[in-house]
Amino acid sequence: MHIELSDEQQMLRDEVRRFAEEVVKPIAKEVDADGRFPTEALPIAAEMGLMGVAVPEEWGGAGMDVLSYCIVIEEISRVCGSTGVILSVNNSLVCDPIMKFGNDDQKERFLKPLAAGELLGCFGLTEPGAGSDAAALRTTAKRDGDDYIINGNKVFITNGTHADVAIVFATVDPSLRHKGITAFVVHKDTPGYSHGHHEYKLGVNGSGTTELAFEDMRVSAADRLGEEGDGFKIAMATLDGGRIGIAAQAVGIARGGFEEAVKYAQEREQFGRSISKFQAIQTYLADMSTELDAGRLLTWKAAWTKMNKKRFTLEAAQAKLFTSVMAQRVTNSAVQIHGGYGYIREYNVERYFRDARITEIYEGTSEIQKMVIADWILNKG
Amino acid sequence: MAELTFELDEEQRLLRDEVKRFAEERIRPGTAERDRNHEFAHDIIAEMGEMGLLGMMVSEDFGGPGMSPLTYALAVEELATVCPSISITMSVTNSVCCWPLEKYGSDALKAAVLPALASGEAIGGFGLTEPGSGSDAGSMKSTARRDGGEWVVNGEKAWITNGGVGKYFVVLARTDPDGGARGISAFLVPSDAPGFRVGGAEEKMGLKASNTTTLYFDDCRIPADYLLAEEGAGFSVAMGTLDHSRVGVAAQCLGIHRRALELATSYAQERVQFGVPIAKHQAIQFKIADMATELEAARALTYHAASMDGQPGAGRLASQAKLYASEAANRACWEALQIHGGNGFSEDYEIARLYRDVRITTIYEGTSEMQRMVIARHVTQR
Repeated sequence: MHIELSDEQQMLRDEVRRFAEEVVKPIAKEVDADGRFPTEALPIAAEMGLMGVAVPEEWGGAGMDVLSYCIVIEEISRVCGSTGVILSVNNSLVCDPIMKFGNDDQKERFLKPLAAGELLGCFGLTEPGAGSDAAALRTTAKRDGDDYIINGNKVFITNGTHADVAIVFATVDPSLRHKGITAFVVHKDTPGYSHGHHEYKLGVNGSGTTELAFEDMRVSAADRLGEEGDGFKIAMATLDGGRIGIAAQAVGIARGGFEEAVKYAQEREQFGRSISKFQAIQTYLADMSTELDAGRLLTWKAAWTKMNKKRFTLEAAQAKLFTSVMAQRVTNSAVQIHGGYGYIREYNVERYFRDARITEIYEGTSEIQKMVIADWILNKG
Repeated sequence: MAELTFELDEEQRLLRDEVKRFAEERIRPGTAERDRNHEFAHDIIAEMGEMGLLGMMVSEDFGGPGMSPLTYALAVEELATVCPSISITMSVTNSVCCWPLEKYGSDALKAAVLPALASGEAIGGFGLTEPGSGSDAGSMKSTARRDGGEWVVNGEKAWITNGGVGKYFVVLARTDPDGGARGISAFLVPSDAPGFRVGGAEEKMGLKASNTTTLYFDDCRIPADYLLAEEGAGFSVAMGTLDHSRVGVAAQCLGIHRRALELATSYAQERVQFGVPIAKHQAIQFKIADMATELEAARALTYHAASMDGQPGAGRLASQAKLYASEAANRACWEALQIHGGNGFSEDYEIARLYRDVRITTIYEGTSEMQRMVIARHVTQR
């Protein structure tokens, strides 16, 4: 048991923190208010290797470990939850499954440019009628010679407005339920592929969330990830890893709120003294700091478990459940400590508070995490 | 720098397994009965002494095994899973008697006393709290004055774990009536010192098989070199000791929490309502998921704090671990009892005892409210 970052990891953290402060933070408010994609930050992130942090260098990535990936997502999300999830999706939900389930040809054509940041990816699983019950998806893939014809709609797709490549889940036979689900890697220029308008959301407003529509979209069997019917397994394995990224995002957002709250509490005077001298405020800060540290440890433990090639479904679900709930409590307390100022857009904490909300919903709601955890404890422990 | 790892080393795993085996075989069979009878497990404690569990962190120079704080925490967790009364008996002698004695005592005093404590031949305790001085330890009234080659101690100490069974106590008393917190000094008081007297065992809500008493000092005389650290340094001895010992309470909470989860899980799988085991109902599953997740969070904080013991920032980590682990263990016992329904309210079920035992953990060795003050001071001082 030794939980300190290596020199290399500390250097990475400092470097990403500098990038976050100098490039991402200055545009974060505008990205949120205008609901626009942080386009200018992404090429720099790509140069730094942040689009494929844990992808091996031979496949265009930075060749770092999963823990380093958590550090990256935490540091970026600390200043901008939108940019945090954009990176998390490209890393965890797009690069990861191609790395794990793709063949060399697919890695060459898709993973390399995705990990290098030349292309941006998105993950198309959720549908209007298939959220937590992903196996109920209705997008169909009909075999036609060497191709598949894909029809259907995906919703709430992060990066959807700007993505060049989508991982698309469709069923070759709805009667097979999850056993019919098949995964494809699809380029946006494929005829029949289109995206809708950017969804206006409660938070993470700059993450390019949109619908995807597929109309008689012809996709080569060479772009199928794994075998027919492997899609559900691919989706679940991918989300296990994605949850670590979202946990890191939640930790980052919470830390942003916590740090602003500490600073504000020390500066703000009421009743003739700094409000940080009041036990009521100290109690908030103590609980925020404790839960934040616990959340980071759970996230790192999940990352470490994954790095060591062990089953990490339980660890990832616990990290994601704990940190997402924690991030809301922490950012809520940060708003409370700021009083009226916390409700005003000029201050950052109201954005953190709004951004935190989604972490309990996407990549598996808290309820789904609890089902996973309970199943593990009751039936697999 | 060593690579980050959540893995325990071999010494830690072996010791944990040994304690687990001992706790299951030797302690578990009598836990419920000792609780009912308020019975201190003298024989078991003596065996634990022989195993080296009563002075785990005492260095080899003074007869101990010189184990790490994390190894110690693992032992506490295993004991608490089976009997929190025994775990507190053990952790008190380890962390608030042996530890400050080794850190702050003179070489002669350590050589004279530590081997007996480390071997379990003698049990230790810690006298800080007074009837009128709990969280506000600096307001204590007990006094010590120098008289030739001796210190003369007067006053009383309340809620002292191991009070009636201990041979040595680290005791805090005021050596300067006007000095505030800086007027407090720390001493080692043997139970055979003239003027030392022990009150009757307290009737407690939980931890009934641990021994808790008042200590009385009536012109109690101890040798001059039984002073720990410098005269006037007692408050920092006490705070330093608690910074360290809180990890032990956090580990105790892990053990209790883990047991509550085990009990809830097995009950939920056996109990049938509406035609299915209640474990099939989401309302029950989600409680179990929360208990399991919070246990992992508490565990991560506690093991991390233990592994950082003695390093800069460790005080904050220990307080965070103690605060979170104790609050989480209380929630876990509450939910585990709720899952048991009416049966949980019966002393025939183990959860009823755990529910009583866990309640003290947010109170002793610094209440949750005091932990928050400590943590807030750290985070606003950066």
